[in-house]
Amino acid sequence: MLKYFASRLLTFVPTFLGVTLISFAFIRVLPGDPIIVMAGERGLSEERYRELSEQFGFDRPLVVQFWEYFTGVLQGDLGQSFVTKKPVWDEFFALFPATLELSICAMVFAVALGLPAGVIAAVNRGKFFDRALMSTALVGYSMPIFWWALLLIIVFSGNLQWTPVSGRIDLIYYFPDPTGFMLIDSLTSGQKGAFASAVRHLVLPTIVLGTIPLAVIARQTRSAMLEVLGEDYIRTARAKGLSPGRINGIHALRNALIPVITVIGLSVGTLLAGAILTETIFSWPGIGKWMVDSIFRRDYPVVQGGLLLIAVMVMIVNLTVDVLYGVINPKIRKR
Amino acid sequence: MTDTAAATAPKAPERPGRLREFWFYFRENRGAVFGLWIFAAFAFCALFAPLLSPYDPTEQFRQFTLIPPAWQEGGNWAFPLGTDPLGRDMLSRLIEGARYSFFVGIVVVTVAASGGILVGLISGFAPKWIDTIIMRIMDIILAFPSLLLALVLVAILGPSLTNAMIAIAIVLQPHYVRLTRASVLSEKQKDYVTAARVVGAGRLRLMFITVLPNCLAPIIVQAALSFSTAILDAAALGFLGMGAQPPTPEWGTMLAEAREFILRAWWVVTFPGLAILVTVLAINLMGDGLRDALDPKLKRS
Repeated sequence: MLKYFASRLLTFVPTFLGVTLISFAFIRVLPGDPIIVMAGERGLSEERYRELSEQFGFDRPLVVQFWEYFTGVLQGDLGQSFVTKKPVWDEFFALFPATLELSICAMVFAVALGLPAGVIAAVNRGKFFDRALMSTALVGYSMPIFWWALLLIIVFSGNLQWTPVSGRIDLIYYFPDPTGFMLIDSLTSGQKGAFASAVRHLVLPTIVLGTIPLAVIARQTRSAMLEVLGEDYIRTARAKGLSPGRINGIHALRNALIPVITVIGLSVGTLLAGAILTETIFSWPGIGKWMVDSIFRRDYPVVQGGLLLIAVMVMIVNLTVDVLYGVINPKIRKR
Repeated sequence: MTDTAAATAPKAPERPGRLREFWFYFRENRGAVFGLWIFAAFAFCALFAPLLSPYDPTEQFRQFTLIPPAWQEGGNWAFPLGTDPLGRDMLSRLIEGARYSFFVGIVVVTVAASGGILVGLISGFAPKWIDTIIMRIMDIILAFPSLLLALVLVAILGPSLTNAMIAIAIVLQPHYVRLTRASVLSEKQKDYVTAARVVGAGRLRLMFITVLPNCLAPIIVQAALSFSTAILDAAALGFLGMGAQPPTPEWGTMLAEAREFILRAWWVVTFPGLAILVTVLAINLMGDGLRDALDPKLKRS
């Protein structure tokens, strides 16, 4: 077990180095000199240019620059935003709860609907329910989510006026945010209507972000269930006279869950990619929107740091899934 | 289930028989055939767009801005699907847009698949240390969410459809590398490869003639599925303003242009997205059918 864990961890190190190298390389390859971009319209004198390039270390050899960047990263120093002059690390973790809250809600939505849908489809294999659910899942899987978001806005915000179009909460509410999760903070603030407002802001982005994971989970659950339902121990359970509910719900689902959990873990990357579109459309103040805005503003340190942090997060989640998989399934460990 | 698996196992005697067998299994999946028809219509639109579209897609009819579809009040049969805020005919733009999406799909899949297959083959046959380096590089690319990486790459290269295609191809390529490598490693163990080696086949012959054809089934399925991913990602980049630039009638770009009108003119938003959805759905249906017909091993998923 320890050996397996160590080997997984060892592959993490070169990947981390490579990810750092790539995000470091981006700032050198991007068109336009970062210092000139930073100076903006005003321009700057040659003297000031040299001063700044010395300050940022652009005049030193690339290897030295990378070494400094890398040691900085290990200490949590990702540089400062050109625009706000605040450390990238602080900005990232100030916005991260918004993305996390949205992602968790989307995942809960996807699992809560996807698991039962997959089980129902598998149990009714080939019948009407199966076909209807799986066709819907395929549509969801093929959905351009930016368009899906616009459609939902037309119907629920435009025609029905049920949900707001953007942001996390109505502007009339103001309260401190100790956790950064709007749902929790609005509840503990004790202000009337704040929680309801937060929920209404959250509904559409959650649906939009959760749609593709929902479809993937439903499809995966169905196929995993079908495989398990063909096993001998299910026949045994049936022969024992257990109720279908018990067989499907306890014997089959529990064993079908392993591949499903893997899919859930691996869709973190998908969620973050989806968050870019979802947050941009709903003006959700999270990491995705921050990255897109920074790309447009050519705020290189932010793009660089955000890219690195997101990649590292995806890597950590993947590693965790890998290790958990090894814990659950000893066959994998031996490979 | 097991019967069909045995029948499609790669024991088929000769080419025409294999093709007919493939069609036999593909036809069984009604969704896949349906998808194939829609895809054919899509390809037809893409190929003959200038002949099919009633107007030039960039021509602006200034007195006919934001006309609703013909069947709605205020509609005009001269513009069956209405016009956009600049008075351009929606139908013509949608048909022309099929060209861009089709082109994106073809180019991205060709580039990503040929590159990925080559690197995967090398990785499968090369000494262990080269293999390790290649796979680590692929791990690094896969650590970034694909759309984010594509977005940053396009920011570096400059926003245009060509650069979006390059970025998407780079992002999709590791999947082909992993897939090819995995099949190569399992095929390499088999007796026919050993036999070929004993007879004296060179390394290149082993790679491209002996092993590669037997690895193609999952790669073809992946190609179909990444065709749809490419279309979706290109549209997403266009939507974010990092893909095709206006006035190009690319579907994602059209959506981005239409955003401010969503509450006033539903048709400028609905149709381009519907076009993306239907195309991607058709390709995914086809991909599912292809997988069932070509690769019985994967049938369960």
